[in-house]
Amino acid sequence: MSLNKLTLTQAIKNLQAKKCSAFELVKACLDQINRYDSKIHAFLELNQDALKEAKLADNQRRDNSSPLLGIPIAIKDNFLTQNLPTTAASKVLEGYLPQYESTVTRKLKEAGAIIIGKTNMDAWAHGSSTESSDFGPTLNPWNTQFLPGGSSGGSTAAVAADMCIAAIGSETAGSIRLPAAWCGVTGFKPTYGRVSRYGVIAMASSTDSPGPIAKTVEDCAFLTQIIGGFDPYDATSSSNPVPLLTLSKAKVKTKLKIGLPKEYLEAMNQETKALVHEAIKVLQNQGHVIEPTSLISPKYAIGVYTIVQRSEVSSNLSRYDGIRYGQDRTKFGEEAIRRIMLGTFALSSGYYDQYYSKAQKVRTLIIEDFNQAFKKFDLIINPPSPGPALKIGASKNEPLFGEMQDMLVEPSSVAGLTGVSLPGGFVDGLPFGFGFVGPQFSEDKVLNIAHQYQQATDWHLRKPQL
Amino acid sequence: MTYSPVIGLEVHVELKTLSKMFCGCPADHFGKKPNTQTCPVCLGLPGALPVPNKKAIDWTLLIGLALDCQVNHHSKFDRKHYFYPDLPKGYQISQYDEPLCVNGHLTLSTSEESKATSEVTHSGSSDGENRVRINRVHLEEDTGKLIHAEVDGEKVSLVDFNRSGVPLVEIVTEADIHGSAAAKEFVKKIHQLIRDLGVSDCDMEKGSMRLEANISLSKDGTLPPYKVEVKNLNSFRFLGRAIDYEIARQKELLTRGQTPPQETRGWSEAKNQTFAQRSKEVAQRSKEEAQDYRYFPEPDIPPLVFSKEQIDAIRAKLPELPQMKAARFAKAYGLKPSVVTILTKTQASAAFFEAAVKEGQKVSLPPTVIANAMVNQRQAFKNPEDLVRHLQTQTQEKVSDKITLRQFIDQVITAHTQAVSDFKAQKPQAIGFLIGQIQRLSHGKADGKLVHQLLLERLESSR
Repeated sequence: MSLNKLTLTQAIKNLQAKKCSAFELVKACLDQINRYDSKIHAFLELNQDALKEAKLADNQRRDNSSPLLGIPIAIKDNFLTQNLPTTAASKVLEGYLPQYESTVTRKLKEAGAIIIGKTNMDAWAHGSSTESSDFGPTLNPWNTQFLPGGSSGGSTAAVAADMCIAAIGSETAGSIRLPAAWCGVTGFKPTYGRVSRYGVIAMASSTDSPGPIAKTVEDCAFLTQIIGGFDPYDATSSSNPVPLLTLSKAKVKTKLKIGLPKEYLEAMNQETKALVHEAIKVLQNQGHVIEPTSLISPKYAIGVYTIVQRSEVSSNLSRYDGIRYGQDRTKFGEEAIRRIMLGTFALSSGYYDQYYSKAQKVRTLIIEDFNQAFKKFDLIINPPSPGPALKIGASKNEPLFGEMQDMLVEPSSVAGLTGVSLPGGFVDGLPFGFGFVGPQFSEDKVLNIAHQYQQATDWHLRKPQL
Repeated sequence: MTYSPVIGLEVHVELKTLSKMFCGCPADHFGKKPNTQTCPVCLGLPGALPVPNKKAIDWTLLIGLALDCQVNHHSKFDRKHYFYPDLPKGYQISQYDEPLCVNGHLTLSTSEESKATSEVTHSGSSDGENRVRINRVHLEEDTGKLIHAEVDGEKVSLVDFNRSGVPLVEIVTEADIHGSAAAKEFVKKIHQLIRDLGVSDCDMEKGSMRLEANISLSKDGTLPPYKVEVKNLNSFRFLGRAIDYEIARQKELLTRGQTPPQETRGWSEAKNQTFAQRSKEVAQRSKEEAQDYRYFPEPDIPPLVFSKEQIDAIRAKLPELPQMKAARFAKAYGLKPSVVTILTKTQASAAFFEAAVKEGQKVSLPPTVIANAMVNQRQAFKNPEDLVRHLQTQTQEKVSDKITLRQFIDQVITAHTQAVSDFKAQKPQAIGFLIGQIQRLSHGKADGKLVHQLLLERLESSR
């Protein structure tokens, strides 16, 4: 098997057993990028020093036990990286070289990882298609006629196309889980506050959650262990210690009670509903109990999320005035301008109570609704998307494209929950994503059951024909 | 037609914490090389996040408690949006509807000024006390500084971000002030209080204390339909002059039947008058400010929650405040208000006085003599001991004529019947007070031991 196809866990084992070198591993990924990225466009920038860093890692291996030593990881372009231009796929930041390192990439580097490159995304993470990148769209590795989903579409496509061993994305509402579903990879959204936002170009500050995108649940757990935890530079990061997330057989035996919300199922069509029921059977065979339940319809979360996110966006983008760094404001794309206008309106005097304040009240209701549900259930079944990837161009002329596509992940995002998306079948040759959400800081439980599911299925092992 | 001035003040104070409000940069920015005390947070770089400075929050609560404010158990930071080159994030982190402290007050010593200029009863001073209500005390971050300069023959505006993010406390009064003298007294008291708390230098020349006044004139005591904001007043004197100038200017307009326009004005030291701000930058700024700030809760900082225990712990840190100290000095040492004011002006002078009193007790030198000496003294003394020694030699030429002393005693006893009854009620401090009064009459020259003996005889005989 080509080295670039290894999972993170396999790559670590191979490196430790000296079955391959970091140099070979990084080279295999770079070769894959050179061969296919002109077609997929997952990357905006490659680390020109990646091979040099790999050699260094190989030289250090004897007396360095860093867990990710020599592992090539792709990073979404909204994480600040000191030696690599960071743009959030917006022309406003074209050529911007950060003065400091984001906490997530710092932790990865400290763990020995090699940042292989920066991945494409919707500009400023505004979208669910990666079509709105100011530097051109990323295409779905399974079929380039289709969208990869977004906004972390570059990272999920890079993992699906084996251009890296694993990747990092960020989710405000669906931006990890939806593209992971559409690209047939595993995406994990930790609880809001579990992973530091320091050095991540802010989209909606109250829901932004960085997280891993990988080839297996096991790999996601491994990466979350490394990037998670309290950060003195992020006042919203949780001081709750990160539990041991590494997946062991002992934990796998726990039997859970899982809720199946009818409102979420209603959003799906016959084919995808059938896939959900197939996945449920897998879980039942493992002894878990699945029961139907009811939650506030996810359609209400659309309004809440749209208002809160636009408001925060309009504020967060005000610093890009072109005075101290970056290009001037004429470089803002249409979608960013639309969001700034809507957010500015929603926060204006006289409208605040009607929009922002009301949205926050509904948000509280949604949180309360989940709290009630989690009194009865350990987890809730939550496929991130009603269906598989949509065609290129689907997001054009659809200002609320993202909100509609992300409808099923918005409630859990506005509630700050943790959730996972994992390959759960195919529809017409395109991946379909299955998933769960759990209470805040239940990463442990969510990852464990997702891992069990993956042990019993092989959807995650399938690879696209590039 | 008479008009009464209606004045509210806004006082900004930079806290002298070691680090800035939301990052680890040094907060002491005065005279530092531009842009040498900055970081991603206070420069508003992409992805940077604010982490609040706990000490700054505690100190703001301390200021609030010193002003008899209520501390909000639930508070939060909000974003206040406007565009200006010295504001790197496009918003200032401030506090909107849940400030740290609300509903306090500060009592002024006199109300002559307001009586002279107004004929109405003012809310907040209904009990005859001249009480200025404090609307709120909140915490925010300071902005950077614009420097307009000429570089290579070209007029340019330079930005220095050393001040960006320095903790800034804003104290806002109700419109309870009715003249320039009261306004000056208020800000002087605030100045002294905050310096006594040790949380700011309140140096107006360095900009660590800044004053703004909202001034309007009322015909009938109700709030007028306009207000004029005078900004950037950097001394007590200018505050007073600006208020007097505005009162006269607005009165003239009103007399002519015009309503003064609602506007922001500056103070020209050279012309000794306020002026409508018209420079390009300022005009832009006032335009921005006329728009709304689109406040919303700062999502990067979790809400603040204070328990009663936490608030009590901060209250316990309050030192004896000027007003409390002044009251104690007047009562315990029988000093005149004017003397008390001078002695309690600084913590240092108050401490010097109390040390001298303690030293003076050993040689029966009464507090009044020490106080008078300190107030009228032209000569400075290094320590209280020196002062007491000096006074002792000076008063060696003692009045020990029993007839003169008995006259003094009679006068004092007649004038201070309360102290006499206190003495009879076995309150020992009364004797000290009476001796002080006698010393005052004798200009400190009465023989302390003799006075004590004669006074006791006199009091015992009338028991």
